Amino acid sequence: MDDRRTGVLFALMATLLLAACEDIAVAPHEANEASITRGKAATQRLGCGACHAIPDIWPQGTTGPALTNFADRGLIAGKLPNRPGELAAYLLDPPATVPGTAMPKIPMTQQDAADIAAFLHHSDAR
Amino acid sequence: MPAETDLKAVLGGWPPAVLDPAGPYSEPVTLLSWALLIGGAVVLAIVLAALGVALWGAPSLRKRLGGDKAIWIGGVAFPVVVLTVLLVWGLWLTGDLAAKAPRPGEMRVRVTGEMWWWRVSYLDKAGRPVMQDANELHVPIGETVLLELDSADVIHSFWVPRLAGKMDMIPGRRNLLRIQADQPGTYGGQCAEYCGGPHALMGFAVVAHTPESFKRWRAGRLAPRPAPPPSRGQELFLTSGCAACHTIAGTEARGLAGPDLTHVGSRRTLGAGILPNNRGTLAGWIADSQTLKPGNRMPNYKQFTAEELNALADYLAGLK
Repeated sequence: MDDRRTGVLFALMATLLLAACEDIAVAPHEANEASITRGKAATQRLGCGACHAIPDIWPQGTTGPALTNFADRGLIAGKLPNRPGELAAYLLDPPATVPGTAMPKIPMTQQDAADIAAFLHHSDAR
Repeated sequence: MPAETDLKAVLGGWPPAVLDPAGPYSEPVTLLSWALLIGGAVVLAIVLAALGVALWGAPSLRKRLGGDKAIWIGGVAFPVVVLTVLLVWGLWLTGDLAAKAPRPGEMRVRVTGEMWWWRVSYLDKAGRPVMQDANELHVPIGETVLLELDSADVIHSFWVPRLAGKMDMIPGRRNLLRIQADQPGTYGGQCAEYCGGPHALMGFAVVAHTPESFKRWRAGRLAPRPAPPPSRGQELFLTSGCAACHTIAGTEARGLAGPDLTHVGSRRTLGAGILPNNRGTLAGWIADSQTLKPGNRMPNYKQFTAEELNALADYLAGLK
């Protein structure tokens, strides 16, 4: 009897834990929908696909790294911690942030950079 | 947002609107399209009504529908009159769209279809080339521009829907087409005749200026250019094989197989209307154009280091 009760308790706890995981995956950085939508449009408009394979973005370039599952990456350009703030700063001026990177400075506003960071970190961009 | 990086804005919307004429040479085409569509819908409605009568109508109505009079009027007189009027009106409406000869003093530009881009050559009054560009055509608003359309390889078709109808570009022939834009802006175009693999990625942009702005643009282009100062990017360009296919005025680069790059940095798009033009897309195109536009005639240049690729992209972006 005790064993069965423990089993049920474990199953319950496991379910709760899984549910908690899903919550985290859906909204990791409190990015709002509007910013993500703008970020996707900016990604297309600036031609990021010329070097990167990004889900839902044309074309799917191979010169730079593929950005699928980007939110799970550890580092940006192998140097910076992968957080939206650091990512936005890198996007605005890659050579100044990570000297020696192949990614050139591309004309964009701070808003664009923040939006693209939100888009890349959003779970849809997998 | 810097306007030059906005592909949608530079191409005037993509794909270009086909029922939104912006000049006197596309208005008749749009008018005719609507007339055909609405006329066709009216005829279809009449035929369906007759079918309804034939299937379910009162016996007296069905008898009249099957009588000699109905056949002569609906089956012979109506189509003959409607199609004759349509033919005469259509020819009258569109007869001037294909140009026959340059008018005195008219601006002339030769546009040559290539697999899979457009060679643009501005001509003087006598028809001699005076400046070269690619994938982009600058015109003043409110005046006609005569385009001499030909092809270097297979059949292409020049189509800027908001400014004119389609005109085939046929090897060994020169077809003349007039365009005119009434408002300043950028008008997207697209090759409209299947011409091989990347045909769908063969876009074009017409940039219409106010007369003053066009005069400034033209003077800037025609002014003698000082040789670009030597740079790392230029040295790489000249020593890596780029110059075999591309020309940059004032340098040793005099290749003719690919687009002239003398003003590449000021173009709206890259890869013939498919990408915005910035340092990033330039670098991506140089290293990996075969992924971006599979089958295009430029090989991938994957041998460059990050520093070299950036030096080249900087150099090309600076060629205004």
